[in-house]
Amino acid sequence: MNESGLSKAVTAGEPPAAAKRSLSATIAKFRELGLLGFILILMLAVQLRNPSFLTLENLNDMATNTAILSILAVGMMLVIITRGIDLSIGATLALSGMIAALFVGQFPDLHPIVSILLGTAIGLVCGNVLGFLVSKMGILPIIATLGMMYVFRGLTYMASGGKWVSAHQMPASFKGIATGSFLGINYLILTAVLVYIVAYYFVGHTRTGRQIYAVGSNPDSAKISGINTDKILWLVYSIMGGLSGLAGVLWVSKFASAQGDTATGYELSVIAACVLGGVSIAGGVGKISGVLLGAILLGILNNALPLINVSPFWQTGIQGAIILVAVLINAIVKRGVDRNNLMRRKI
Amino acid sequence: MEMRLIEGKKAFTWKGFFLQWEWMLVAIFIGINLMNMNLSEYYWDYNSLRDATMSFLDKAFIVLPMVFIIILGDIDISVASIVALSSVIMADLYNMGVPMPLAMIICLAVGAVCGLINGLLVVKFKELSAVIVTLTTMIIYRGIAYIILKDQASGGFPDWFSFFGWGYVGGIPFILIVFTVFALLFGLLLHKTVFGRSVYAMGNNITAARFSGIQTDRVKVIVFMLAGLMAAVTAIFLTSRMGSTRPNIANSYELDVIAMVVLGGISTAGGKGRMIGAIIAIFLIGFLRHGLGLVNVKAQVLMIIIGLLLVFAVMIPKLKRNKAVNKGS
Repeated sequence: MNESGLSKAVTAGEPPAAAKRSLSATIAKFRELGLLGFILILMLAVQLRNPSFLTLENLNDMATNTAILSILAVGMMLVIITRGIDLSIGATLALSGMIAALFVGQFPDLHPIVSILLGTAIGLVCGNVLGFLVSKMGILPIIATLGMMYVFRGLTYMASGGKWVSAHQMPASFKGIATGSFLGINYLILTAVLVYIVAYYFVGHTRTGRQIYAVGSNPDSAKISGINTDKILWLVYSIMGGLSGLAGVLWVSKFASAQGDTATGYELSVIAACVLGGVSIAGGVGKISGVLLGAILLGILNNALPLINVSPFWQTGIQGAIILVAVLINAIVKRGVDRNNLMRRKI
Repeated sequence: MEMRLIEGKKAFTWKGFFLQWEWMLVAIFIGINLMNMNLSEYYWDYNSLRDATMSFLDKAFIVLPMVFIIILGDIDISVASIVALSSVIMADLYNMGVPMPLAMIICLAVGAVCGLINGLLVVKFKELSAVIVTLTTMIIYRGIAYIILKDQASGGFPDWFSFFGWGYVGGIPFILIVFTVFALLFGLLLHKTVFGRSVYAMGNNITAARFSGIQTDRVKVIVFMLAGLMAAVTAIFLTSRMGSTRPNIANSYELDVIAMVVLGGISTAGGKGRMIGAIIAIFLIGFLRHGLGLVNVKAQVLMIIIGLLLVFAVMIPKLKRNKAVNKGS
């Protein structure tokens, strides 16, 4: 992983003498590699059961289906790094998707980029409300986002009057956002790739990006060293909101229907992707590459389980069990690292 | 960076007594009732109010242990899935020929075991927060419910079973009586026992609590187990009321429950709050829903009102404190 700079905050100051590492510390160093290995083994196993898994067509399908989840996971990572959590993103997604869909229904001739901008703007407004509540009012993120989740969800129903916006009310250009492609690659995938490139640069190579980690590692010392913690908190919730808005338009375009209950409970899948990717809920730890792999793993599970004829009713349980195992392994590995660090300090 | 002092017994003043959050809730509660009375002439009717309690008390059982969990500074978002799993297992066992009373006992046991698993995971893996642990078990419990029942409904319970959700004892809904008993028990447990005091101590400072000889792990496991058990109690009443069960029963109940607890003045930072606040909040939200439902206010508008109520409820004390801080400096 060429972005080990990100984890420097955690593993900085390693003396070269520390050649004796425990096994778990080595694993932790290559955590993403481990996750990648797990993904590859899983893919191989699925491929053996069903040869149509590793075809270009299916991989393209899978990437398209995972794109929205992975976009949201980036925003959620930033929020979790600051020790927060955002439960409202499913509702924000539904609200901005709904309003964008109603808008294109009224003005079908506008360029689809307008609807994308509109959805993102609505998401940004939602995110700013949360940012204000969390940073300026000091409300705990879980409460603020839970409360606003109800509000955004209620607004979604009110905006549509409880009705659905279905495929025939949307112009083809709008549906084209999710179905169209450039050089054979679906727009959704391209959007996700773009988001990841920007996010990679942002968290690793800009001052503000590094400050997010500082705030998450230790809010008090971040404040004392001159970081405007309120601004950072506000910023991460705004980013999360903006990405949810973007994802809302993509979602509605992809499924060609906007409903009041769009993406209910989706926030939990997104949090699961982050946790799988090694983002620590205690704050300060998380990598873009990890989150991407976490989202991909969830995407593969969603795609592969039906392909190997796992009954759909087993899927939730299996996914939950895999997430639990991954989380527990992560915790155990981290214990080994901490013990290792203690030992090194003694020398 | 806020200083946390263990509050000692303060001198009693009438002003301090009436400035408590619980009185604020009582005021809101009275306000809601006055508003409802003005909105609909059918609202202020003993029978209708009595029956309204039957429709919102089912999830109230989970609120009681959730108060303990949130005072501990933790959270349990798997409770709704425990409701679903225990309900589904109960229905499935009954339909496989297990007598209903036994199935109900197993239902309670399943709930307690689910809670026990949550508790053990939380204390054995302290680096994971309770959010993560219960998030994963939430997916798993709901997943098992789907494995058992697939996409179907299961019902056909004996007639007497509907008594739990619909029955009256001496003109009072059975569910209200059971809830009152549980509320008293949990209130006493929280405020009048060593166990309850240790919960507060742990919420304020878990390390200090451990060093002062409280078996913190055991307390935590018991609290999570109680949450599982009460989720199973909810499962029995809810299943009885619905007449059948599905794997997606009680969907997103956890959020309603947490909203009620927080509205009741229990701080998610831990260590603060009282049982009575949460109990008032249950009735406050319940009557608000009932009253606005009578005048056909849409459920969506209600969602917005409850969400705003929740945010403002936690914002007001903060605003007051900020004001005090500004004055002080």
